[in-house]
Amino acid sequence: MSGRTLSETVAIIDYGSGNLHSAAKAFERAAREAGLDTRILVTGDPEAVASADRVVLPGVGAYADCRRGLDAVPGMVEAMTRAAIQAGRPFLGICVGMQLMATRGLEYETTPGLGWIPGDVGPIRPADPALKIPHMGWNTLTPDRDHALLAGISTGEGGLHAYFVHSYALKADRPGEVVAHADYGGPVTAMVGRDNLAGTQFHPEKSQRLGLALLANFLRWRP
Amino acid sequence: MIGSTAWKIDESPVLKTRIIPCLDVKDGRVVKGVQFLELRDAGDPVEAAKAYDAAGADELCFLDITASHEARGTLLDVVSRTAEACFMPLTVGGGVRAVEDVRALLLAGADKVAINTAAVKDPDLVARAAEKFGAQCIVVAIDAKRVSGAAEPARWEIFTHGGRNPTGLDAIAFARTVAAKGAGELLVTSMDKDGTRSGYDLALTRAIADAVTVPVIASGGVGGLDDLVAGVAQGGASAVLAASIFHFGQHSVAEAKAHMAAAGLSMRLDA
Repeated sequence: MSGRTLSETVAIIDYGSGNLHSAAKAFERAAREAGLDTRILVTGDPEAVASADRVVLPGVGAYADCRRGLDAVPGMVEAMTRAAIQAGRPFLGICVGMQLMATRGLEYETTPGLGWIPGDVGPIRPADPALKIPHMGWNTLTPDRDHALLAGISTGEGGLHAYFVHSYALKADRPGEVVAHADYGGPVTAMVGRDNLAGTQFHPEKSQRLGLALLANFLRWRP
Repeated sequence: MIGSTAWKIDESPVLKTRIIPCLDVKDGRVVKGVQFLELRDAGDPVEAAKAYDAAGADELCFLDITASHEARGTLLDVVSRTAEACFMPLTVGGGVRAVEDVRALLLAGADKVAINTAAVKDPDLVARAAEKFGAQCIVVAIDAKRVSGAAEPARWEIFTHGGRNPTGLDAIAFARTVAAKGAGELLVTSMDKDGTRSGYDLALTRAIADAVTVPVIASGGVGGLDDLVAGVAQGGASAVLAASIFHFGQHSVAEAKAHMAAAGLSMRLDA
């Protein structure tokens, strides 16, 4: 092999949910700005997902509906599992995509998740009942531990903002798997991670500076 | 600064008040144009959206006022090109009649879809859309007019077709209904105030914000920066929508944010 780095492929899983278009564009821009030669592939083909260097599971919408959409693509859950769990490739779940990494979702009905980050996805109940639900808008992140995806990103009260829009949140069984939280009448899980698995409740593809920096970190991540 | 100490504001210290510039779009073009920046094409919604993205707007709203349903493809193209260029949340409304319309806009790149007349005709559309796509992306746009006399307790009625058609529906009751059906947010426009530049109808905004648990966007009537502050501090809105004060360069988004922060509101200033 020569010293030349082969370009990587990122598979953004297309299962009929949400906003793949803007996720793909945000990844393209993050790659360009980071000077990375990365191929961004929006795909519903399980083989392409299984063989991708990095995998992204986006998700917008209701939990049960997203799960049904994922199951409706034959072989997709298996392909994701091969890439993320067996091959240990970097995996990023976004919003409901992150929630699907949990054990189960409790939105409208109880729906099994992938069970990769043990925990339930239940309604947000802020301590202050005057706080509006959905948790919608720009909030800062409070890191619970270091993570490569947050490298170089200013967090805390004076830090950059991430865009959230959700009524349900993941309560991880293992506190060590919560990477960051947002404060909304109590802590709301904002980011989870273990080994090569990461997930964000907020939308990096809608979070301007913070988002593009996080996506670039994901593209460079060597867990 | 006028108004900067007028209200004591008690709210979540971290979730920021959103400023949402709103563009009226007709046949794929911005109505009246956007004059605050040297845009190559002031009538192109995508160019305007990019400028607002760079200016630090917290979200953007397109309201499509195209008359014919057949011209839908043009709007979808505008939304898709905007989503390619702007990494900020985009709400699109106007002419949404069915779950399929919601789906088409979300797939094109809208983050939230506003339903107006169709929600009045069939509130269950809100429930169907929310169940399919999640409440977080379903906005119900409420156009209301005050119908009570000066001596009576305030009462507002829902109007459709730009304020021309009364519906007989009480605005507060309707807000409760659509929130219960699954609207994730309410965009409340006062038809009395819209275009007057005399400030939001704060009593209307407050009455609805107090009646529902979902966020309320104040809309209609902004004439200056203190109106934005009042929409939150007195109206109880989670976000403020404005058009002409931004489009015509009267104020920049950054000025609006600085003014609102000086008034004690929690704003996102890092953008």
